[in-house]
Amino acid sequence: MSHARKSLLVQGLTFGATAAVLWWLAHNMSANLERRGLSLGFGFLQQPANFEIGDTAWLRFSPEQSVGRAILVGLLNTARVSALGCVLAIAIGFVVGVLRLSHNPALRGVMRAGVEVVRNTPLLLLLLFLYASLQGLPSASHALEPAPGWFLSGRGLVLPAIAFGALTMWLAALLVIALVLRRRLGAMGARVIAGLLATVVLSMLVRHPSVEAAHLVGFNFVGGTTLSPEFAALLSALVLHHAAHISEVVRGAILSVPRGQRDAARALGLSRFQTLRMVTIPLALRAMVPLLATSCVSLIKNSSLAVAIGFPDVVSILNTTGNQTGHNIETMCIMIVVYLSLSLAVAAALNRYNTSLLALEAQLP
Amino acid sequence: MILTMTMRIRAAMMSSCVAAMMLAQACGAGSASSGGADGGASAGATLRAVRARGSVRCGITQGTGFATPDDAGRWQGFDVDFCRAIAVALFDDPDKVQFTPYTQQQRFSGLQSGEVDLLANGTSVTSSRALHQPFQFGPIYLYDGQGFLVPKSSRASKASMLDGATVCVQQGTTSELNLTDFARRNRVSFKPVVMEDLRAAVSALASGRCDAITQDGAGLATTRTMLRDPSNYVILPDRISKEPIAAVVRSGDDQWLEIVNWVFHAPVQAEEYGIGQQNAAQFLASSDPAIRRFLGVEPGAVDGLGLDPKWVYNVIAKVGNYGDIFDRNLGSRTPLRMERGLNRLWTDGGLLYSPPFR
Repeated sequence: MSHARKSLLVQGLTFGATAAVLWWLAHNMSANLERRGLSLGFGFLQQPANFEIGDTAWLRFSPEQSVGRAILVGLLNTARVSALGCVLAIAIGFVVGVLRLSHNPALRGVMRAGVEVVRNTPLLLLLLFLYASLQGLPSASHALEPAPGWFLSGRGLVLPAIAFGALTMWLAALLVIALVLRRRLGAMGARVIAGLLATVVLSMLVRHPSVEAAHLVGFNFVGGTTLSPEFAALLSALVLHHAAHISEVVRGAILSVPRGQRDAARALGLSRFQTLRMVTIPLALRAMVPLLATSCVSLIKNSSLAVAIGFPDVVSILNTTGNQTGHNIETMCIMIVVYLSLSLAVAAALNRYNTSLLALEAQLP
Repeated sequence: MILTMTMRIRAAMMSSCVAAMMLAQACGAGSASSGGADGGASAGATLRAVRARGSVRCGITQGTGFATPDDAGRWQGFDVDFCRAIAVALFDDPDKVQFTPYTQQQRFSGLQSGEVDLLANGTSVTSSRALHQPFQFGPIYLYDGQGFLVPKSSRASKASMLDGATVCVQQGTTSELNLTDFARRNRVSFKPVVMEDLRAAVSALASGRCDAITQDGAGLATTRTMLRDPSNYVILPDRISKEPIAAVVRSGDDQWLEIVNWVFHAPVQAEEYGIGQQNAAQFLASSDPAIRRFLGVEPGAVDGLGLDPKWVYNVIAKVGNYGDIFDRNLGSRTPLRMERGLNRLWTDGGLLYSPPFR
């Protein structure tokens, strides 16, 4: 048998076996569901949700809206905490990782102790600890006011809300796109960005952004935007836990850069900081990026610990939905699809970045 | 604190385990029907499995007065006593029962997957559970309603004064739905904080993160005992929902449901006849034919389905009548200090009414 044929046969067998296993699982599931009198279907997504969500961002939600929208609100909450968490964890992890290689023994020691404590504590424990600490804050009626219009209490941090005009928002979005694509824009880039920046400022002069301050009415603050203690506890636990892991990745990647490179840079008269910035880190990035992607993906998945402290993330909303409608299998499927697609999207984005890094390197003389 | 944390961790882990188990069982081999863990609908399967196992598996939810382990690790409480009544009816032994504690969120998956034979954990009868979910309900053994527990310092004396308040709710209960309905009906607004574990909600109320906890009235009485200084908290008089509490079984197993039905009726009928744990033995010599049939002295009324003809007598002697069970676990001599209220006999102006045993 030729090599090509053999390979074809093996592939065919693997495909067939996988298909058979999947068919068997699906068949058993439908048989068992029928035996238990359960039916599958996603029609319940259009039913009114009939429950309230305590913490929403960007999308307003009220109980007469659909279950599907409630899940979307939960998804946005998961995305909000994960996106902020990834960015902050990478930023803090990067700084800590570099500082762990500092020449200052005190700084190095403190960083090491911090990382070891956080890295070797279960994330759930860290989360519950941070949440319990936040409950020590004063009650809403005795809220601290660190700055005018800012209130810090057991209800969270309440800030004045700033509303920009629609035109300003669109121009700002264009500005962000221009900033992202500035390399592609080439020589024109700087002029386009400066022009957009000017129009953004101008549009604000035409239509002043309105500031809405919060004030205490009865039990709670009305107006403004609230950063809930659940969100704050979840975000800080995720950031601390993953920053500790990322700092180890960064440290390892920096140490993997051959010593000769650094010595050469020093010999050329570059300072220690210049060596780090222009030689060591660019070389270390290659080793780092795939591991950073893994860290971000696990941060997204760990954000589901939100249920432990009552933050309405997508898992919490889907649990409530499953309980109210009885469609537990469907909600679990939605959960799998949500986490799978979020994780794959992040992994794909960071992989692309990694490929571009490698391509850049190939261009080097 | 450490204890509560481990419990919370366990609860969080268990809920995902139960969910995963359910999926695994739904996907798993179809041959499961031969085992005792059958979730299926074939008649008599649960009763057969219980007899073969030699014990009843009962899903409960931990809470003072309803289900708590005592110093010796033996489960005690109102719900627990009804589970023990089933064990006595089947095996004449109140200890032939295994208890599985669930959070409100996990209970239905546990019943559905066949991990327990029934739930006696404060589940309310609702049409959507009966019509959309594969469950059937036994008789209502506690008439309750959802209310609010607030600190005295909040100065609220009725629920509508809580407009704008942050309210802690336990996930996976009808409380979320009732709270939302009440708010919409009365044009007030609440900010819910949905907790999976009651202990988390209690510490949130104690720290002031929440202005109120909403739960069934019985649950609030239990919750109040968990706070450091219970006298600083009041249960508001409003009841914003009807919560008829009943045992839950998987649908499709009629024999098992009948056993649950009549075992739950027996303590109510016994109280109506004035037969209690103390004086049950004297009634064996009663000349009243209805009582003789009820206690199984004369056959024909309560035997069948392979039950011991004297099971009613055994249940009353070993567990007690409804009044015994209520007073021992929830009544004025317990930390919960609950009134009988709607849970008096129909002859005393309450709602408890057992069909006749004949």
